[in-house]
Amino acid sequence: MSKVDINKSWNYSSAPESTAHIQLKKKYDLFIGGEFVKPLSNKYFDTINPANGEQIAKVAEADEKDVDRAVKAARKAFKSWSKLDPQERGKYIFRIARMMQERAREFAVVESLDGGKPIRESRDIDIPLAANHFFYYAGWADKLEYALPNKKPKPLGVAGQIIPWNFPLLMAAWKIAPALATGNTVVLKPAETTSLTALKLAELIQDSGLPKGVVNIITGAGETGAAIVNHPDVDKIAFTGSTVVGKLIEKSLAGINKKTTLELGGKGANIIFEDAAIDQAVEGIVNAIFFNQGHVCCAGSRLFVQSSVADVVIEKLKDRISTLIIGDPLDKNTDIGAINSKEQLKTIEKYIAIGKKEGADIYQPKCQLPKKGNWCPPTLFLNVSQSHTIVQEEIFGPVLTIQTFRTIDEVIEKANNTPFGLSAGVWTEKGSKIFKLSKKLKAGVIWANTFNKFDPASPFGGYKESGMGREGGLHGLKPYLKFES
Amino acid sequence: MTLPDLSKTPKIDKVGVQERTNRFCVRSIKTSAKIHGLHLALSMIDLTTLEGKDTPEKVKQLCYKARHLDDSIQGLPHVAAVCLYPTLVGVAKKELIGSGIKVASVATAFPSGQSTLEVKLNDTKYAVAEGADEVDMVISRGKFLEGEYNFVFDEIAEVKQACGKAHLKVILETGELDTLDNVRKASDIAMYAGADFIKTSTGKISPAATMPVVFVMLNAIKDFYKETGIKIGMKPAGGISTAKKSLQYLVMLKETLGDEWMNKDLFRFGASSLANDILMQLKKQETGIYQSLDYFSKD
Repeated sequence: MSKVDINKSWNYSSAPESTAHIQLKKKYDLFIGGEFVKPLSNKYFDTINPANGEQIAKVAEADEKDVDRAVKAARKAFKSWSKLDPQERGKYIFRIARMMQERAREFAVVESLDGGKPIRESRDIDIPLAANHFFYYAGWADKLEYALPNKKPKPLGVAGQIIPWNFPLLMAAWKIAPALATGNTVVLKPAETTSLTALKLAELIQDSGLPKGVVNIITGAGETGAAIVNHPDVDKIAFTGSTVVGKLIEKSLAGINKKTTLELGGKGANIIFEDAAIDQAVEGIVNAIFFNQGHVCCAGSRLFVQSSVADVVIEKLKDRISTLIIGDPLDKNTDIGAINSKEQLKTIEKYIAIGKKEGADIYQPKCQLPKKGNWCPPTLFLNVSQSHTIVQEEIFGPVLTIQTFRTIDEVIEKANNTPFGLSAGVWTEKGSKIFKLSKKLKAGVIWANTFNKFDPASPFGGYKESGMGREGGLHGLKPYLKFES
Repeated sequence: MTLPDLSKTPKIDKVGVQERTNRFCVRSIKTSAKIHGLHLALSMIDLTTLEGKDTPEKVKQLCYKARHLDDSIQGLPHVAAVCLYPTLVGVAKKELIGSGIKVASVATAFPSGQSTLEVKLNDTKYAVAEGADEVDMVISRGKFLEGEYNFVFDEIAEVKQACGKAHLKVILETGELDTLDNVRKASDIAMYAGADFIKTSTGKISPAATMPVVFVMLNAIKDFYKETGIKIGMKPAGGISTAKKSLQYLVMLKETLGDEWMNKDLFRFGASSLANDILMQLKKQETGIYQSLDYFSKD
């Protein structure tokens, strides 16, 4: 044994998750009608590991004809799938859930490899939650009449689903599970930077024996998504992504009888009162904004601290973020992984530059960032106001703006003073204050003394420009059903 | 120093504390970090025997173990201290001459603390006179729960004086304090009253040391340091019997108080069986296989 000098400082050795068991193809085709088929477009694009810039695989790019093919396959499958005994439908979904648990390790590694998020998060949060969504909605499949009594719920038909790159597999689960449980068939498109776990899901679905064409997964960028939205034989659009694209979808669907749910951007207020448990609140701030590199639509990106405790909260927060470990997403000790794409890094850097230019005080802890890949240290902006651009616009990165407030009414007004309304957090030991704020804050989800907690049984969605409709829970069934009265 | 304004004591959210401490437990400590960490943990152990049936012979055996943890493994540190009842301090002191290992004595009517101040001070003075380098006192939990914070504060301050040059560790007996808010309050009282270390438990009450309790105490130490510039030590005691658990505590220490606290002057494990489990792990790192417990001496 080599000599150990206990007087030297103790540092964690690197602890990389093994990738030896991962099976990835060099080239992925489109998953249509239960088979992987070559794209009619004949085009492929690279999917890149954001932690080192290296190509992982080639992924097919679906054009309008490919989309049409997928929609036709889904339409064909709808006939028998919608008439299948609901209990049998439920069994298929349960099987997908179980298989996802069995393959959890592989999904977690691929998610981190392709998307840059720390393996701790993909392993402990993304994948288990995705499986839980399938379990949860599997249970509803044969209980729809009970869930929505006297309404005679019927499936809509083909659901076109477009999902973002921040929680690739989890968002696929959010979309596919309720659609299947309600008897719809699916054409799903993952985001172009994070197609791999959706394609691994396609393999899983193939192995599960789900009837062909019930779930079709096609890959591509914005144009592919637009083709799904505009396809005349799609009965419902479910979109999660940016508010800008959400607005475009709304425009193109205006006057057309297609059901729509949109889950868009956010600028969540995280409110710390002087009577909060301060050390735990500081931890909550970290979870609210640095979870998944801040690529979270419901991130607590606007911090409001009551003036009387502002100094101590900010000092403790600075201390805390200096201990965050930034680097290799596959290292089990990494707290903050890679920024998902070069484009997103540019966006974040643009906002940081704007923040500086507008006179806000920036704070970043000293940390060594890897040389290759896309990285952004945890960033605080102090001394900002509602009028600063970085307070108004969604940055979608590890950047927190910090404002102080004096009274409850003041903070309610400021928290609601935004076009978004997705999430908020309240930190106080006083229950009555929590109830007051949860009534007054215009946000789809409000956490008390915690942040970024998700549960399949809990509905999720936004007010105002953060979206329309709810996903998750009982509420998440309705957007996939029509009611015959 | 005087008793701080306890109405300003930071509040503790139990759920949040639990969540944070769970995070420390998923840090992956492997290869050289594991070996280094285990050496460090060994060097921080207060090898303890606190039984009614303790005898000078038993203490001599324990002291030998303290000096020779496992002679078959090269380059091991010795433990930080042995921890005993006052009447056995003299024996240990003699056994440990020149070893660099401290002698710690419990005192103040350990473990209940149910006696008069006079008895407690005499107990302390006796231990110090016998040669104790460190005194582990217990606070009056009954008085604390009655809200007699001044009483608890004054008692600690008196014992501190009676200690003279000996270091004072103040045992809060967190298993009897009921809430984390009380743990925080008691930590603040102890530090302001002159504790050099704060310690979780006597080992006679269950639960003894838990990660949430220790985390709250570490945060109290951190706040006290920011306020006064004085570094207080931390000693979890009781219930830490595996190498893995000891590494999780070191992770918590590192990520809460930082590298400056990562030494035996500011952190101790009060434990009796932890050392052998660490030795077993180190032996496994060396040979690649787990040895039978029969190969590790029990003293």
